[in-house]
Amino acid sequence: MKKYSAFSLLKNALSYHENWQKVWRSPTPKKDYDVIVVGGGGHGLATAYYLAKVHGITNIAVIEKGYLGGGNTARNTTIIRSNYLWDEAAQLYDLSLKLWEGLSQELNYNVMFSQRGVLNLGHNLQDMRDIERRVNANRLNGIDGEVVSPERIKEIAPLINISRDSRYPILGASWQPRGGTARHDAVAWGYARGADALGVDLIQQTEVTGIRRKEGAVVGVETSNGFIGARKVACVTAGNSGVLAAMAGLRLPVESRPLQALVSEPVKPCLDTVVMSNAVHGYISQSDKGDLVIGAGVDSYNGYGQRGSFNVVEHTIQAICELFPAFSRVRMNRQWGGVVDTCPDACPIISKTSVQGLYFNCGWGTGGFKATPGSGYVFADTVANDHPHPLAAAFTVDRFNTGALIDEHGAAGVAH
Amino acid sequence: MLLIYCPHCQENREEEEFSYGGEAHIVRPLAPETLNDKDWGDYLFFRTNSHGIHHEMWYHAVGCRRYFNATRNTVTYEILETYKTGTQPTITGVNS
Repeated sequence: MKKYSAFSLLKNALSYHENWQKVWRSPTPKKDYDVIVVGGGGHGLATAYYLAKVHGITNIAVIEKGYLGGGNTARNTTIIRSNYLWDEAAQLYDLSLKLWEGLSQELNYNVMFSQRGVLNLGHNLQDMRDIERRVNANRLNGIDGEVVSPERIKEIAPLINISRDSRYPILGASWQPRGGTARHDAVAWGYARGADALGVDLIQQTEVTGIRRKEGAVVGVETSNGFIGARKVACVTAGNSGVLAAMAGLRLPVESRPLQALVSEPVKPCLDTVVMSNAVHGYISQSDKGDLVIGAGVDSYNGYGQRGSFNVVEHTIQAICELFPAFSRVRMNRQWGGVVDTCPDACPIISKTSVQGLYFNCGWGTGGFKATPGSGYVFADTVANDHPHPLAAAFTVDRFNTGALIDEHGAAGVAH
Repeated sequence: MLLIYCPHCQENREEEEFSYGGEAHIVRPLAPETLNDKDWGDYLFFRTNSHGIHHEMWYHAVGCRRYFNATRNTVTYEILETYKTGTQPTITGVNS
């Protein structure tokens, strides 16, 4: 892999930028791999990257039915934060945040991580109590956070309406300065380039149609381009995890639902932070292009269509206009949906299964993007050692039978 | 936006009048105290999450305020039938 630098930019300018090395190869699949990662989104590519980088396993294929980073990695609102309530979740998300902080250097690829801070608004007394509890819990876990007043919120985001007369007045917020946003595509591409350089085969336009097992252990996957053998299969397929599990005769405690987002026309810089509200349900930030990036809710019913109900968008826009009256004249450009796999406790599943050599990393629901580096890191460790990484140990699928749930509905951004 | 036929009201009504009740035909164990953790967890949390034909409960919240079931395709979102609670679906399919 040729390193990106100011020097390489100059050098390639001399040949009119026509001779850049391909960012990754397009290999023909081998017959057999040590590990097959199913799903070429951010989490899958990060898993492959850390398997190769940290654990030295380089005989890996990532199999993707569409194109790399074309699923939920391309469809989220790119918010990054780690202010989760419970120790297990907070530590997992904060591992991610720490990896984000060094990711551009680690990958030699600008993921445009911008620590512009995240506000979680409170609109009633109970919201404020919950926010204080969560901020205190965060600080005990070494995660930055503070409770801020409406006046301080107004300083951070001047366009916001803190009037006491609004329908749901803003009483305060939690503020995590280390939170922010990143460029979603760049994360997938950066991990893909890094993994490819370490020898990982990235195989696109190939759909896994079956998981072949022999005597209770995985031996490979059936794909639209034939059988590929593997000693270990790691599934990182978000909304389609239930479909993959069914191929191996397993059931998961996840339900797939569309989550929507939308962007406006580009406008001049007017919002340099991330504002989220659980109570009125909307979250908003401004991309570097100038679009307002708005996150809506999940549909109430199961669905695999990558689109959502109109009424969900309508409610979100009502909330955004309530928070930012100035945005009522902004026109919306595009709207889309991604299929998220929601878990009963709003926490992910990072787990071995009853099938030897088959692993699942799923259930991230509505908030997986922020966890991309940490998810890949702990999942790679779990797959390499056939034993849960210490930070993933609480997130096994067994918790739904033992009852040791990690209830993060309060700190998860989207009610589901 | 779904248009849902309520078998009690016998009318097509907008999706917003209803709320979703999750997977249908899950039978509550008659003697839950005899179940082990695995079976109880399976009953509480594990779902088929069908890709294709799905039987699910709906509640006509701002209408007759009664539950009924629907058979819906979770890929195309087409509602194939709705039927009253306690009856069986006429359409069942192999999921894709």
